[in-house]
Amino acid sequence: MSVIESYRLRLRRKRYRIRAFRKRRELTVVADRTRAIGEEDVLAFTTLRNERVRLPYFLDYYRRQGVGHFLMVDNGSTDGSSQFLADQADVSLWTTQASYKRARYGVDWLNWLQWQHGHGHWTLVVDPDEFFIYPFCDTRPIQALTGWLDTCGLRSFSAMLVDMYPKGPIDAEAYREGQDPFEIASWFDSGNYFISRNPLYHNLWIQGGPRARVFFADQPSAAPSLNKIPLVKWRREYVYAQSTHMLLPRGLNRVYDDHGGEKTSGALLHAKFLNTLAGKAEEELARGEHYAGGREYRAYRDGMANRTDLWTKWSERYINWRQLEILGLMSKGNWA
Amino acid sequence: MSVGFILLVHTALDRAAQVARHWAGSGCPVVIHADRNVPEERFDAFRAALAGNPNIRFVEPRRRCEWGTWGIVGATIDASALMLKSFPQVDHVYLASGSCLPLRPVPELRAYLAERPRTDFIESATIDDVDWSKGGFDHERFTLRFPFAFKTQRGLFDRFVTLQRGLGMKRSLPAGLVPHLGSQWWCLTRPTLEAILGDPRRGEYERFFRSVWIPDESYFQSLVRLHANRVESRSLTLSKFDFQGKPHTFYDDHLQLLRRSDCFVARKIWPQADRLYSSLLSNDPQITKNAEPNPGKIDRLFTHAVERRLRGRPGLYMQSRFPLSDRDNGKSCGPYSVFEGFSDLFEQFESWLSKTTGCRVHGHLYAPDRAHFAGGEKVYNGCLPDSAALRDYNPCAFLTNLTWSTRGERQCFMFGPADNQYPTDFMTGDPHAQISVITGAWAIRLFRRKATSEEVRKEAARLQRIEQAHVERLRAHWAKARIRIWTLAEFIEAPMDHLQEILDEVSPRGARRLTEAPRLTDLTGFGRFLQELKNEGMNLHVAGDFPAGFDPAPLQPDTQRRYVVK
Repeated sequence: MSVIESYRLRLRRKRYRIRAFRKRRELTVVADRTRAIGEEDVLAFTTLRNERVRLPYFLDYYRRQGVGHFLMVDNGSTDGSSQFLADQADVSLWTTQASYKRARYGVDWLNWLQWQHGHGHWTLVVDPDEFFIYPFCDTRPIQALTGWLDTCGLRSFSAMLVDMYPKGPIDAEAYREGQDPFEIASWFDSGNYFISRNPLYHNLWIQGGPRARVFFADQPSAAPSLNKIPLVKWRREYVYAQSTHMLLPRGLNRVYDDHGGEKTSGALLHAKFLNTLAGKAEEELARGEHYAGGREYRAYRDGMANRTDLWTKWSERYINWRQLEILGLMSKGNWA
Repeated sequence: MSVGFILLVHTALDRAAQVARHWAGSGCPVVIHADRNVPEERFDAFRAALAGNPNIRFVEPRRRCEWGTWGIVGATIDASALMLKSFPQVDHVYLASGSCLPLRPVPELRAYLAERPRTDFIESATIDDVDWSKGGFDHERFTLRFPFAFKTQRGLFDRFVTLQRGLGMKRSLPAGLVPHLGSQWWCLTRPTLEAILGDPRRGEYERFFRSVWIPDESYFQSLVRLHANRVESRSLTLSKFDFQGKPHTFYDDHLQLLRRSDCFVARKIWPQADRLYSSLLSNDPQITKNAEPNPGKIDRLFTHAVERRLRGRPGLYMQSRFPLSDRDNGKSCGPYSVFEGFSDLFEQFESWLSKTTGCRVHGHLYAPDRAHFAGGEKVYNGCLPDSAALRDYNPCAFLTNLTWSTRGERQCFMFGPADNQYPTDFMTGDPHAQISVITGAWAIRLFRRKATSEEVRKEAARLQRIEQAHVERLRAHWAKARIRIWTLAEFIEAPMDHLQEILDEVSPRGARRLTEAPRLTDLTGFGRFLQELKNEGMNLHVAGDFPAGFDPAPLQPDTQRRYVVK
């Protein structure tokens, strides 16, 4: 670890902070209830666009888990998401019409909100289609986890993205508001992930799963990253460098053990592959606001048109976190 | 005959109050010491909540109880003195913390202690015998001085330790004192406690222990050896520590486990564990079964957790376990076999092997076109696809994924110089790999292809170069795999013996003699073929010394000749 390298990363972190600071002007407050945030609250941070149908289940899921307050950025929704969120007592909402892409896919906005409101809190950054699970999440609220992480002196917690998909064509069954998306998309790949280590940021780069298998089998390097570090005991000098895949300072990315042991980790169940994807793919392609020219969404649109079935006979049906633990997708580590 | 509780509290005061009320309400005196770090207003509220209860007393002035320092012992001594003075009926004093939770009804504890009126329950082991202290300090806890706080003055703490070590500083122990260590949570009899507090040399001991590292784990543990009548060296409090020396926390889902442990008190309890508090904080004898304390099951649970954290699951690569090479335990999840040249030399070798060994036998997993899974599957266990591009993107992950997803079943696969050579080093360094190579056997395929000689020669030269490099890697001094290498000529001299040797290793217990031999491919004219290559200037030396006119015995494909070995 050279001094120059460390210094370069430090400058980069400062640059990201300046970006976040400048992008604050793009956010217009709709409902600011941040005064209600309690000292010990776990805070959720989300950017979204046209996710109205998902929101009720999303909010309920995290409320049940023990999240105290939601800080959300609505990027120009036209489906009533904004109004719905503004009416929730535990949501603070900002809105923006600015470019998602130029806010580094929303990272700058959330970095700013976390800087402002996250300091000293455990913060959870999740998309509306990501559902956080962690060891014992069926019996222990999120405060048990964060309390334990505090006791161990850990500042960040890894939760890899696990793409969930239905059996049969993706749009065969329609998702209803308030429904558990994993009633439809209940399958996942259990052992089809490949990992390398980022030599600069020290995070693991995980790819694979159904998206690599079906949509990116010919160009694996373009397959989406699945490594995520969504739960962090935030300090205002921290920044997310790229989505929630990696953070600066880079010590926060050391969520894995490299001596053969297992650190505790969770997963983000990804409810992307529902019938809602068809409309989303069309819209996002038209907007061109997504990563790498919307390459991903083009693949999805073509896949939907061909009635692609992500399911194979080796797919696993999701039961609970213990199953993911046994399959080796997440780990209890030394939390018992 | 009664037991009194000393309660040391610093956080979660409402829970501490709840427990204190329970004990006091069951007729047990409780003396509470609250950390001075608890703000005045919160302490006042806490005291007000317990006011009016004749069985509860508060220690004042309060001491600052920083972890690992004398304050905790000082608080315990103050509370003990207050307990002995205020409650003359108390025969046993039980030291507990605010995050302790009684698991069994008070009458059961009282009865248990009444049967053992002269016994002191305190874990107390000499430092020569135990290694439970985490973090290295054993003897040095006593021979060095620790004036700085570990948590808040870490830099000074470390530097002062290094300095003392460098200067060889050592201080002597008070005469007659044998240092003992043990859990902080004890239950002592009145006579023992009175003797410890009334010891004429108490001042000397205190001065000594003030600069001992974590005195709460050694002060009473050492002194009890000077005064006690009968020491039962174990704690009645169930308290487990993880590998960093932090106490494990109990949550609602541990309820059944705690019930079955039959310990009297457990710590530490997560303050929000409502179900634990509501279910266990009771004097109903139904909640436990009145047995001798037996924390074995909980021990196993926590031992397993620490094992998971420190050693992990061999062969698993995932988001929170990514061992650097050579620091892992097990590069892959289980044993597997790699066969090189066998499928060229034998006809239908794969189906023969699978029938003989019962293992899963794949074709060339690293073939250029795709991964040839057993049975021609397009996707394999764990949804591993056969795409060559995905596989070659991270060839070692492909192999570790396969062995992880098929754990419990031995995988065999074919390999050769035409395949992606990237995993060679990984397999060579993997003790789980069994690699058997017949060098030059790939030439049989060229020989059968009947292509133009120019084309064949170029291809042969290319493959030979690759195979040579491969074999060189296999012979590396750091190789850990079980590796066998024959030239084609060598192998063909006694093929059954060599096969038997390999298969004995694959299924050592089911070691049967081979009754059915795989069928050798037709090699008529192969010697001539090699000679012709040589004549054209291409010496295929990896095949070994294969004379031009040599056509091995079972070469006629139609004779169906089989080696039968008894």
